[in-house]
Amino acid sequence: MNPASDLVDPIEVDARGLRCPLPVIRLAEAARDAPAGTWIVVLASDPAARHDIPAWCRMRNHELREMTEVAEMTEVSDSSRADVAPTEGDHPAYLRFVVLIRPQR
Amino acid sequence: MLPAARATLMAALDAGWADPRRLYAEGRSARTLLDQAREVLAQGLGARPAEVSFLPSGPAALRTGLEGLRYAGRRRGARMVATAVEHSAILTTGRYHAAAAQDPSLFAEVPVDALGRVNLSALEQAVAEGGTVLAAVQSANGEIGTRQPLEQAHALCRTHGIPLLVDAMASLGRDPITEHFDVLAGDARSWGGPSGLGVLVVPERTRWRRPGPISDVEHGRTDVEPVVALALAAAEAWRQTEANRMDQSTLSSATIRRLRAAAHDLPDVDVVGDPDDRLPHVLTFSLLYVDGEALVIELDRRGFAVGSGSACTSSTLKPSHVLAAMGVLTHGNVRVTLPLSPIAPTLDDGVSRFIAELPDAVAAVRAHLGASDL
Repeated sequence: MNPASDLVDPIEVDARGLRCPLPVIRLAEAARDAPAGTWIVVLASDPAARHDIPAWCRMRNHELREMTEVAEMTEVSDSSRADVAPTEGDHPAYLRFVVLIRPQR
Repeated sequence: MLPAARATLMAALDAGWADPRRLYAEGRSARTLLDQAREVLAQGLGARPAEVSFLPSGPAALRTGLEGLRYAGRRRGARMVATAVEHSAILTTGRYHAAAAQDPSLFAEVPVDALGRVNLSALEQAVAEGGTVLAAVQSANGEIGTRQPLEQAHALCRTHGIPLLVDAMASLGRDPITEHFDVLAGDARSWGGPSGLGVLVVPERTRWRRPGPISDVEHGRTDVEPVVALALAAAEAWRQTEANRMDQSTLSSATIRRLRAAAHDLPDVDVVGDPDDRLPHVLTFSLLYVDGEALVIELDRRGFAVGSGSACTSSTLKPSHVLAAMGVLTHGNVRVTLPLSPIAPTLDDGVSRFIAELPDAVAAVRAHLGASDL
């Protein structure tokens, strides 16, 4: 089992600042043409993503390997997105998901 | 509201307008009418009239029920237990008390399974903890339809000497009356009565006391005088709904089965809740790649009024706590609640049209987001 830090060429989907259901749609777009075994890393700040990305993985038979809360805007790969406003209340600034694409029936 | 309840309400505005506490003839007549309404509902709920109080709404009755159990148990502690899918009147009050005391352990939210049913061993663990003064479990969830195992919940609460508060707002008038409670709250709307009337049942055996100054209104369980006409209309609705409940339940179940099959046929759908042990009149499903707000508006444009638990349809932009607790998809959520037959005599035609138009409505909303071929 690969630890998530050793991902081989992951596809990154930065859905921070997007409202539901757009983070899941961006993820599904990335997954559409990805061969089995592809790793996808999704960043999302919408509160519904916490529930909906795991639900997508279950419904589409992909594997959710990791879900981490990222409290601050660290590890921002695209600096133009650093100004995305964090969501209010008790939600973390964003969530980071690691998804493994499985073969589809 | 049932047509017969509406007629009663209009007539009662003339006959029962006076203050039932006054001694003049109109006041006495209003008192008599209020007592009659109470008797009808008490009999229906398997309680004595003195055990039944009218409150301004179901949620108000529920919150009052909670506060009275909490206050009555204050010498034993202040810890409260509730399922994670209870009404927000319970959850917000419980969280408020825990936050006010700066002690998160004072409110325990018990997890549910993927069907929305409470985990009984987790419930037992929670009520066994010292300082617990009450547990709140709903009879069924009005959002997803799943019934809760009240008999077992009540038995295990009793073993630990913890009173059980039952929210029956979703099931009264739809499901048989339960006897498994120590305090029960309901809302007249659920059995075809008017808005603005809740009922609170506190059996004599239950230790219950309203915090604050002693009141002489509604057996001391509120300080808001009930509107006599609303109570009469609620009693009339109860008579009618209870008389037809079995037939209504069979009819609603058959309609929900049709709707459920139609929902299952949609691409990328999560049909939510227990398929069998559920309320007869509620169906909930979530659709991948669908904006819940857009779908509600699209269906409204086509003449269908549906609810939604998706974040974008709520004022707080947070998804439904019920869907979240179950771990099901929260976006693209649609909730169909069937009205009672006397309220909607042409329901069957509407349902057929809904089933025919739903795939198209969903496809239109998906296409709008460029999500047609995911």
